[in-house]
Amino acid sequence: MKYIEEFRQHELAVKLAKAIEAEADSSRQYNLMEFCGGHTHAIFRYGVQDLMPENVRFVHGPGCPVCVLPIARIDNAIELVERHDVILCTYGDMLRVPASGRKSLIKVKANGGDVRMVYSTQDALRIARENPERQVVFFAIGFETTTPPTAVALKQAKAEGLKNFTIFCNHVLTPAAIQNILESPEVRELGSVSIDGFFGPSHVSSVIGSRPYEFFAEEFGKPVVIAGFEPLDVMQSALMLIRQLNEGRHEVENEYTRVVTREGNTKAQALVAEVMELRRSFEWRGLGLVPYSALKIKEAYAEFDAERRFELQPSDATDVKGCECPAILRGTKKPTDCKLFGTVCTPENPKGSCMVSSEGACAAYWTYGRFRKPEDKQNSTKESAA
Amino acid sequence: MSAVVKRFPQRLDTRQGQVDMTHGSGGRAMAQLIDALFVKYFDNDLLRQSNDQAAFNVDAGRMVMSTDGHVISPLFFPGGDIGGLAVHGTVNDVAMSGAKPLYLSAGFILEEGFPLSDLERIVESMAKASKEAGVPVVTGDTKVVEKGKGDGVFITTTGVGIVPEGVNISGDLARPGDVILVNGTMGDHGVAIMSSRENLEFETTIESDSAALHTLVAEMVSVAPDIHCLRDPTRGGLATTLNELAMQSNVGMRLRETDIPIKPEVSAACELLGLDPLYVANEGKLICICPAKDAKAVLDVMKSHPLGEDAVIIGEVVEDEHSFVQMETAFGGGRVVDWIAGEQLPRIC
Repeated sequence: MKYIEEFRQHELAVKLAKAIEAEADSSRQYNLMEFCGGHTHAIFRYGVQDLMPENVRFVHGPGCPVCVLPIARIDNAIELVERHDVILCTYGDMLRVPASGRKSLIKVKANGGDVRMVYSTQDALRIARENPERQVVFFAIGFETTTPPTAVALKQAKAEGLKNFTIFCNHVLTPAAIQNILESPEVRELGSVSIDGFFGPSHVSSVIGSRPYEFFAEEFGKPVVIAGFEPLDVMQSALMLIRQLNEGRHEVENEYTRVVTREGNTKAQALVAEVMELRRSFEWRGLGLVPYSALKIKEAYAEFDAERRFELQPSDATDVKGCECPAILRGTKKPTDCKLFGTVCTPENPKGSCMVSSEGACAAYWTYGRFRKPEDKQNSTKESAA
Repeated sequence: MSAVVKRFPQRLDTRQGQVDMTHGSGGRAMAQLIDALFVKYFDNDLLRQSNDQAAFNVDAGRMVMSTDGHVISPLFFPGGDIGGLAVHGTVNDVAMSGAKPLYLSAGFILEEGFPLSDLERIVESMAKASKEAGVPVVTGDTKVVEKGKGDGVFITTTGVGIVPEGVNISGDLARPGDVILVNGTMGDHGVAIMSSRENLEFETTIESDSAALHTLVAEMVSVAPDIHCLRDPTRGGLATTLNELAMQSNVGMRLRETDIPIKPEVSAACELLGLDPLYVANEGKLICICPAKDAKAVLDVMKSHPLGEDAVIIGEVVEDEHSFVQMETAFGGGRVVDWIAGEQLPRIC
């Protein structure tokens, strides 16, 4: 696998680890938030924390689209299947996310609901073409990376005049969420969370570019390094963040230059802008209502909007009692701080969304890092790593 | 002049014909299906007796018995089909006790409307696999379910075998200090299946590794009767099977990622789909756990067998109160290699 293995080489990792150790000031702590679930997954899967000095800590952020979707929206998706008898096309990760009343899409499917796992919007369009007598809804979720394919599907559906295809749009925006975390009282006033710098998302940035981060690097005085998803990318970016912090800088730097530019993919941006617009506010699990943090389908494409066609109403669903997903998503608690973690909430039987997706902090923590002892660095998870 | 009385006036139409409810009703149509397909291809003395059971003599000793249901989709895939798989799966389950597999039974659940041409292809492939393995199908059963109540064909096979004297292989016998071996590359079968699934078709040269492993096992057991555990890492892949063994034996395991053989094409396909090859199914692979003193002899004999050319030691059994399977990653860190949770689903972003 050329062009991938190069970014996973042990020898380079060891060199980088030495460089980080030399750069990091042992008299201080570095708390670096990886916003994106892709980074969380890489850190755990490759054991990146084991190569970091004790005082460099990864704080897991809310950048997992499955994790941040509030229960109310999953309830809406279930309503589409159970009340409106639609064929619901969804990405696989959504199937097991718990909804209200102990339901989930996978349980709805087991009860005879027509829920189909797809790999792309094109699969959903094909299903709509093949089932002209049924209503087909694509459950669109994700950050800026998955938005352009949804936009393409909207345009295709319109061009083909599909009468039985709609999109349940749940696309959310990264910069708004980062800003929300930085403005949260826990970070700003109480000081209970200290986040010194950010790993910027890689795939998201390939679409939006690095420019959108410039505002809060400046405004909040926090360095941002756009980082690729491979483990060497994460280490190189950590080194760049530590260097900025040591030098008192707070700039947007780009480690992922092989893909990301300052302006991003302007063609994709224009495509999205053509069919979608900002929502005034959107609920995030963990963050609550975040202004201008999500997209909705424009009036011109209203006939392809499942929310309009099926008149979906927001439910007043609340999270499972005792579930710390909200605090974990804000970075104020670790998975092991949650009473449900590993007792009633496991990947086999998830109670909270962070335990569902492999990019969720709880699932990654459980799968790759659980029960490692601080003193046993090679074979176990450092508690501070969480 | 009297005409020859044919048992079945019209021959079974294996070109255009389809399974219908009469094929499971116990009447003449069912008898014809059995005669023209199952007896024809599986042909052996025991089956030809046409009894509801097969009677045979066995040597004194310890017998093993195993059963396995096969519901794979798609039925035909690169490197195999449900028929061959149904034979290999059960032969392997019997062989993982160190036993020599002797006989198989086969139960078919057919869906109304299933093309007889496909059924013939499957039975032919099954017969070929059974012949190659030297393990005949000596009894069977056929049922037909209504259209929509099955998925073409489901096959359940049961196998019996005899364990050689002095061999005691079981999942609870792994001990700290033992070494862990595999006979080849991981994840081939699962990737071959995924490449041919609807929605997901992608071009690959990967073929299923579906194979009967009993001759390999026989050679391994002959050089090292003291092998502790054998198991084929099918559903859930290497990771899940090692976790089963760790839990059964109440031990931990330490693997080295760099030693686990994975074909570059399999890695690449998994990378693309967001899967971890350690959790992807195999159908012609085994995990062997044996005392360190036997490791070299076992490895040598594996490597000299066609189904073990890529055999390698991938790690060791250790003491661990949590029964964790842990791995030193190629990158240089450590991680827990946990049980699979649900189906492995592709990442979405």
